[in-house]
Amino acid sequence: MESSTSGSVVPHLPGMEVSELSKNTYEVYIGPAHPGSGHMRIIVEVDGDIMVRVDPDIGFVHRTMEKLAEGRDWIKNIPLFERMAILDACNITLPYVEAVEKLLGTEPPERARYLRTLLCEINRIASHLYGMGIFGVFLGHSTLYMWAFGDREVFIDLAEQMSGARLTHSYPVFGGVRRDIPDDFPEGARKATRYMRNRLNEYAKIFLNNPNIRSRLENVGVMSKNLATELGIVGPNLRASGVRYDVRLNEPYEAYGELEFEIPVFEEGDSLARAWARVEEIRQSLNIIDKVVDWLEKHPRENFMHEKFWKTAPKLYKDVYTGQIDYAGKYRVKLMPLFASLKVPPGKAFARVEAGRGEMVYYVESDGKDVPYRVRVVSPSFRNVIAFKYLMPGHRLMDLPAIYGSFDYFPPEWDR
Amino acid sequence: MVGEVKKLISIQDLLKNVLKDNVISIEQNKGYLDVLVPTEKLVESAKKLKDSGFDHVKSVTAIDYIAKKQFKITYHISSYLNEELSKYIIGLSTIINRDNPHLPSLSRIWVSAEFQEREVYEFFGITFDDHPDLRLLLLTPVIAALKPLRKDYVVKEESDDIEVDYVAYNTNKWW
Repeated sequence: MESSTSGSVVPHLPGMEVSELSKNTYEVYIGPAHPGSGHMRIIVEVDGDIMVRVDPDIGFVHRTMEKLAEGRDWIKNIPLFERMAILDACNITLPYVEAVEKLLGTEPPERARYLRTLLCEINRIASHLYGMGIFGVFLGHSTLYMWAFGDREVFIDLAEQMSGARLTHSYPVFGGVRRDIPDDFPEGARKATRYMRNRLNEYAKIFLNNPNIRSRLENVGVMSKNLATELGIVGPNLRASGVRYDVRLNEPYEAYGELEFEIPVFEEGDSLARAWARVEEIRQSLNIIDKVVDWLEKHPRENFMHEKFWKTAPKLYKDVYTGQIDYAGKYRVKLMPLFASLKVPPGKAFARVEAGRGEMVYYVESDGKDVPYRVRVVSPSFRNVIAFKYLMPGHRLMDLPAIYGSFDYFPPEWDR
Repeated sequence: MVGEVKKLISIQDLLKNVLKDNVISIEQNKGYLDVLVPTEKLVESAKKLKDSGFDHVKSVTAIDYIAKKQFKITYHISSYLNEELSKYIIGLSTIINRDNPHLPSLSRIWVSAEFQEREVYEFFGITFDDHPDLRLLLLTPVIAALKPLRKDYVVKEESDDIEVDYVAYNTNKWW
């Protein structure tokens, strides 16, 4: 690996400088200008075309969210944290909301828990489709990119119908959710899930079972169960390596404890298994959406906000929130008035949820003021990035996009 | 409810059995169990916890208690492979002095802590002794020299007038 010219005395020739070469390797800088999606750089040392050392160099889109959070009202941090991954907004902010709710001691009503679950699953599908689309670009498969981004639009529309925003929903708030679903939502949701189930079979045909793609992915970037555990990998990447861990299963939150669903686990641990894990997860998420929509239809439309906050709202707000007046009418309403002056009792809370890319973790500490004392955010991509350093060496340079893409990296999320 | 309390007692007993007299205090917080150990026993405690099944680190958090002139470092750990332990989150904490802050690194025990310790290092200026690769991760030396997550660093309205530490800028090759 290290061919060296040392050993003999280097001759000193007039007018010529010869320096000793210690290693016969090159450093290749990949990035930071959008190697696929989002700004990050990988510094790769190659020997021939074998990667010897890989150093992920991140932080190009860092926005000091943890510091900014210490100077904002509790409620204003929700739209702030959403900016980490706008396509996975509900999952990303949910643990923060849960942690603050633990400190406040308010439990969201049952309907709110189902509504949150619904948007979480819609976000998960959108996030996986986004990741798969980018993965397609990495492998030069532009058809998958077009398909995945086109199909993602279906779920973004669903989220828009629910929350009024395509991407940054700010849907879960302390004590509940911002509003209920419109009347025609269940019908649209069922149509979307039916459509997506058929499309997943097409995805398998054109992408996952495509011989070209399989030769790029199979047995590439194999991560054993022990290695994945040791590195603390999260999400579908962890489950593709045979570890049965999902926060929805191990510590059920919101309505997941009452719903039936499967956690797809693969044993292979290679890039192909990671891609399959996402497809199978989409399938499970579709089932969950169907079940949640059924539940929402059967139960009366009431109580999607904790009474403590709900009673502070004027009548006009309540009429708009409950759908008695058109949302897009002439009335504009704000959040519950209590949120503006919210003070959280002192304490320390820790919450985790399973976001699209994996486990999302918040540590929140309050000293009784109207701003947090400390908020620690650890996003799934941040915990996955360490895999590049330990997994990539030994592979060929051409395998880098395959491994990189299969991890569903998202720089804005891990940079925070 | 009774079952929950019983389980809670058993995990506390487990920790007491594993860590024995290393523990200063065990505190039940919302969502995790905070185990405070002295800094000199941190590595030993971490090894014992890893042997008992806590196989990865979820988060490395530093909290600046400026009034007490202390930093508190918490490693939130849990398990992937042991299904019973995976339901719990343990916060392995230690308190260090705010002047010349340093503590032993746990990256050689839990590899998953490596990048997060680098992050704490650059945001708080806390040195992790015996860390395999202690470099800046997200910040440039200019910003890292300000130790931005410490409480005495106040965010200004406009970031243009940030005072640039040119010595740090020139001595560190960060590009």
